[in-house]
Amino acid sequence: MMSLLQKVHPQNLRLIALAIVLLLLIMFFATQIDNYLSPRMLNRIATSAALFLPIAIGQALVVITRNVDLSVGSLVGFLAFFMGDMLGHYDLGPVLTVMAFLILGGCFGAINGALVSYGKVPSIIVTLGTLAIFRALLIEYSGSRTITTDSMPKWVADFPQLSVFTVGSFEVRLTVVLALAAALIFGVALSRLRSARKLYAVGSNPDAAVMAGINSQRVVFTAFVLSGMMAGLGGFMFLARFGNITVGAGLGFEFKSVSEIVVGGVNIFGGSGSMLGVVLGTVLVDTLENSLLRWQVISEFWRDALLGMLIIMAVAADTLMTRSFARLRAKKDV
Amino acid sequence: MRIFFKTWEGLLLIILCATVIANVLLVPEFLTLQNQINLFSLSIEKAIVALVMTYVIISAEIDLSVASVMGLAACVFGTLVAGGWNPALAIAVCLIVGAAAGAFNAFWVTYVGIPSLVGTLAMLIGFRGFARVLLEDRGINGFPDWFNGLARDPFLGPLPFSIVVFIVLLLLLGYVLHFTSFGRRVFVIGNNAEMSRYSGVRTARVKTTIYIMSGVISAMAGLLYAARLSSVRGDAAYGFELDIITMVLLGGVSIFGGKGSMLGVVLSILIVLNLRNGMSLVNIDGHRQTAVIGVLLIASVLVPNLIERVRVARSAPLKAQVN
Repeated sequence: MMSLLQKVHPQNLRLIALAIVLLLLIMFFATQIDNYLSPRMLNRIATSAALFLPIAIGQALVVITRNVDLSVGSLVGFLAFFMGDMLGHYDLGPVLTVMAFLILGGCFGAINGALVSYGKVPSIIVTLGTLAIFRALLIEYSGSRTITTDSMPKWVADFPQLSVFTVGSFEVRLTVVLALAAALIFGVALSRLRSARKLYAVGSNPDAAVMAGINSQRVVFTAFVLSGMMAGLGGFMFLARFGNITVGAGLGFEFKSVSEIVVGGVNIFGGSGSMLGVVLGTVLVDTLENSLLRWQVISEFWRDALLGMLIIMAVAADTLMTRSFARLRAKKDV
Repeated sequence: MRIFFKTWEGLLLIILCATVIANVLLVPEFLTLQNQINLFSLSIEKAIVALVMTYVIISAEIDLSVASVMGLAACVFGTLVAGGWNPALAIAVCLIVGAAAGAFNAFWVTYVGIPSLVGTLAMLIGFRGFARVLLEDRGINGFPDWFNGLARDPFLGPLPFSIVVFIVLLLLLGYVLHFTSFGRRVFVIGNNAEMSRYSGVRTARVKTTIYIMSGVISAMAGLLYAARLSSVRGDAAYGFELDIITMVLLGGVSIFGGKGSMLGVVLSILIVLNLRNGMSLVNIDGHRQTAVIGVLLIASVLVPNLIERVRVARSAPLKAQVN
């Protein structure tokens, strides 16, 4: 047993542990909530996770480079409102709309990225500032209006219901496929592409990365642009799913996305983390949120209290496990 | 004197003077005592927490949960008073809740070794959750008059109790930070926690003290917030952590720890309050004010960086000759 534990990389072991926790959680709620293991519930959790997954992916890319993007919540809200308003005037069609979301998101991400990497301002300060600025932009632009589903082309409201294929009575929604595709693309890139490995290099040791000839400024800049683009994709999902957009759209998403990736094993100090972990972390947090809403035993108001505890437990377990494994490995080397 | 104006605090003082002069030119009644007191009491809770956040950030940690602790304390107070408790006793319980919340944060950060950014982020969600569990979607009011008056009625001369608390805490925390050995330890830990541990500083103990201070003072600020609004709800003080951290960082405290001064933080609090007040007097909306403060926060680090770069670029040829 000991030798087996020593063979598995701690990070993989962490993912396995996370998957087990997720399974236990689902099994627990299955005994508590009627019809929990039904396709409908599964769909509900999947669509909810699909909305948050792109945002979490973007956040993970930035955190891997030893930075943080606190502006994503405001950005999601602004883009959803702005594009919702645009779609009320010009119907761009699905493909162009998603492209517009990505490009606009990338532009806003570039502002963050330029200030962090070329202006040399710590990312927490920059994005704390742009969190306020983007939200103010949204309030300013909205003039206290609300975007409603009626004002937009019909395909927007239909979009979340579109299924790619159906397995039994479980429909695989297009939004879920889109989100998973994004995770897959970045997952493969992060493990296979040299240019994407630079994110890890910069995050684990910025000085060494520069010595090794990596243009770390450009790498950090790119990470922020990608995070902005993913926030754009999240903004599109938000618009399609909720239809009604107010000035409070996306409030608190920055904290939620950081919690999801941290539960998923991305190191907040940069340098490590995987897309599989991000997917698992997002699914775990969303499963918990959606299940607690339907759990009769406790009121829905317990959701945040339990969520906070879960996050701290997950990270504590992670910290202790990594520490004891480092010790185990050290012993083996002797 | 010349050297002073080249420091961060000097720069802040110039910005503050410019803000005040601009305000006076725009609105003559700006400098009246009553307006100054109003301006202060409207954000006094944030200013109070910013004082202790200075300690947290100088020790190279962060406490994102302060606003949730404020909300939690306010909700505990509301629940107890609604349940027929003596308000004075309820206040004591709230302060103990604050201390417990701080100790809880400290446990995860110092003994388990969770990064404070993550640990206090989790408790930002968690403590707020407990506040919501207590009050669900109800609001509680009907506090005794003396409690509601804490943030409004003159207590010492024209100053309400909340401003007196701020001034006392400012003097106390400023003295401890800059003139006692505890304050020096906070700086040393912020500069290099590992090194300070090897030189005999009880890092965990100092950090625990700071987090408990942060919890108690946040709880106190939460109570003052409840007093000012004469009511509490589950979302009391929601989102205040960002404003509080902005005040501290604008005050020249380094986000990487080890650097900063209470004088800078006070100046930055005054700048933020005066800016907001001045903009309110000329009818600029709250969200535009927030945007201006966001720009100020980024500019406060960006501009010195750019100046430094220009200076280095200019002196570069000279350096080459020396080498």
